[in-house]
Amino acid sequence: MSTSIDKTKLQSALVELIRRTSSDMPRDVDASLGAAQRREAAGSAARNALNTILQNVALARKYSTPVCQDTGTNLYFVHAPVDLPEATVRQAIVAATRRATQKGYLRPNVVDPVTGRNTGDNVGRQNPIIHYHQHAAKSLRVALMLKGGGCENVSIQYSLPVNRLFAGRDLKGVGSCIVDSAHQAQGRGCSPGIFGVGVGGDRMSGYGEAKRQLLRLLDDVNPDPALAKLERSCLRGINSLGIGPMGFGGKTTALGVKIGVVDRIPASYFVSVAYMCWACRRRTLVFRPTGRYTVE
Amino acid sequence: MIDINLPMSEADARKLRMGDEVRLNGRMVTARDAGHKLMVEKKPKWLRPLLEGSAIYHCGPVVARVRGEYVFTAAGPTTSIREEPYQGQVIGEYKVRGVVGKGGMGAATQAALQKYGAVYLHAIGGAAALLAGCVTRVESVYMLEEFGMPEAFWVIQVKDFPVVVTMDSTGASLHESVHARSAEALRRLL
Repeated sequence: MSTSIDKTKLQSALVELIRRTSSDMPRDVDASLGAAQRREAAGSAARNALNTILQNVALARKYSTPVCQDTGTNLYFVHAPVDLPEATVRQAIVAATRRATQKGYLRPNVVDPVTGRNTGDNVGRQNPIIHYHQHAAKSLRVALMLKGGGCENVSIQYSLPVNRLFAGRDLKGVGSCIVDSAHQAQGRGCSPGIFGVGVGGDRMSGYGEAKRQLLRLLDDVNPDPALAKLERSCLRGINSLGIGPMGFGGKTTALGVKIGVVDRIPASYFVSVAYMCWACRRRTLVFRPTGRYTVE
Repeated sequence: MIDINLPMSEADARKLRMGDEVRLNGRMVTARDAGHKLMVEKKPKWLRPLLEGSAIYHCGPVVARVRGEYVFTAAGPTTSIREEPYQGQVIGEYKVRGVVGKGGMGAATQAALQKYGAVYLHAIGGAAALLAGCVTRVESVYMLEEFGMPEAFWVIQVKDFPVVVTMDSTGASLHESVHARSAEALRRLL
């Protein structure tokens, strides 16, 4: 692929990936929001909030404007063929990010914490964030997630045991942490949210796994039966809290719970919860050696 | 549904109650973290006439430039609680009648709403395309160069901007009541 890759085509494919991710919500999330709207009582603040959300999703799609003005931390998960130089992909992502910012698909959203200056083009130290992997396939796969600050700020990491929650070092304890994280977030993460969870690992790999779980489709089923059961019971538990859309009260506080595992060392047992707002913006670009591509 | 024209009087602000669904019309000014710090530390004079009786909108918009004019293309609310250290003082100092944002605010802001006669108005988080459509005109912008697009003070005209009163001037807070109910539900689960 390296010898034949058309860098201009790759860059414009990546700009299209950013446009679609920012303005065109994934169909599984759409469907889940629609189902939530039908569950809430007619005339309730929860129902009206979901009506507004669904109208907004349609408007953003129609006019190619951002679903949410917080176009978030830009997280890339790249799977590349072995003969494609990493630098080529990284440079293309950076160039596409600058172009997409000029086009208004992304808000200038990268700030120097020391000086407070906005870099103006969404490029900065370790931004955009790129997780790079090689795979055996011939095509390049680039998943993009735009993760807003409201939901990132209510994400949380627990170290088991947690006495306050009677949470021990087992899956029951893990479940208690997940439901507690929803209570702590209330409506502030822009509920109804999606809960990506990493069980185990160190603090860094735990959060990494939690965020990777947010790439899963809402209607998939965890291949591990014990985790699938825990996902279902946590979803039920969170939705019994009555926090509802935007924290207005209501039946739908979560759209999904997705749990992955990283092996841990004996002394540590972390539960890392990455909260994703209802505006769960994620898409995947598949770029073939011919230069043809699709955005899923 | 209640229609409110901005600027509004203290008496009108005091009539609003938790749970009221409101449509805002008139002038609002966006301000978030850097803006609130500036309002409290530097107390700029030019802001006073813009804010008196009006509403502060916790928002960092995406703004396009179309034929020389600024146009809001994405403008949902940002999380309000970050402004909690400043908000009460800002409400009193600038005679603000409405604070528009998401997620609700804390005890200091609640006290200021009661003392000065103002309301917290919850917009739908993430509804950026729809809410940008309610912005009919950008009047002016301050501190754009210094703060960048999201943090600048954007002075805007809005029409039929939908919000819910979640904290009012009587001390009622929807956020507190939902929090208490969900805490009870969590205790039962554990």
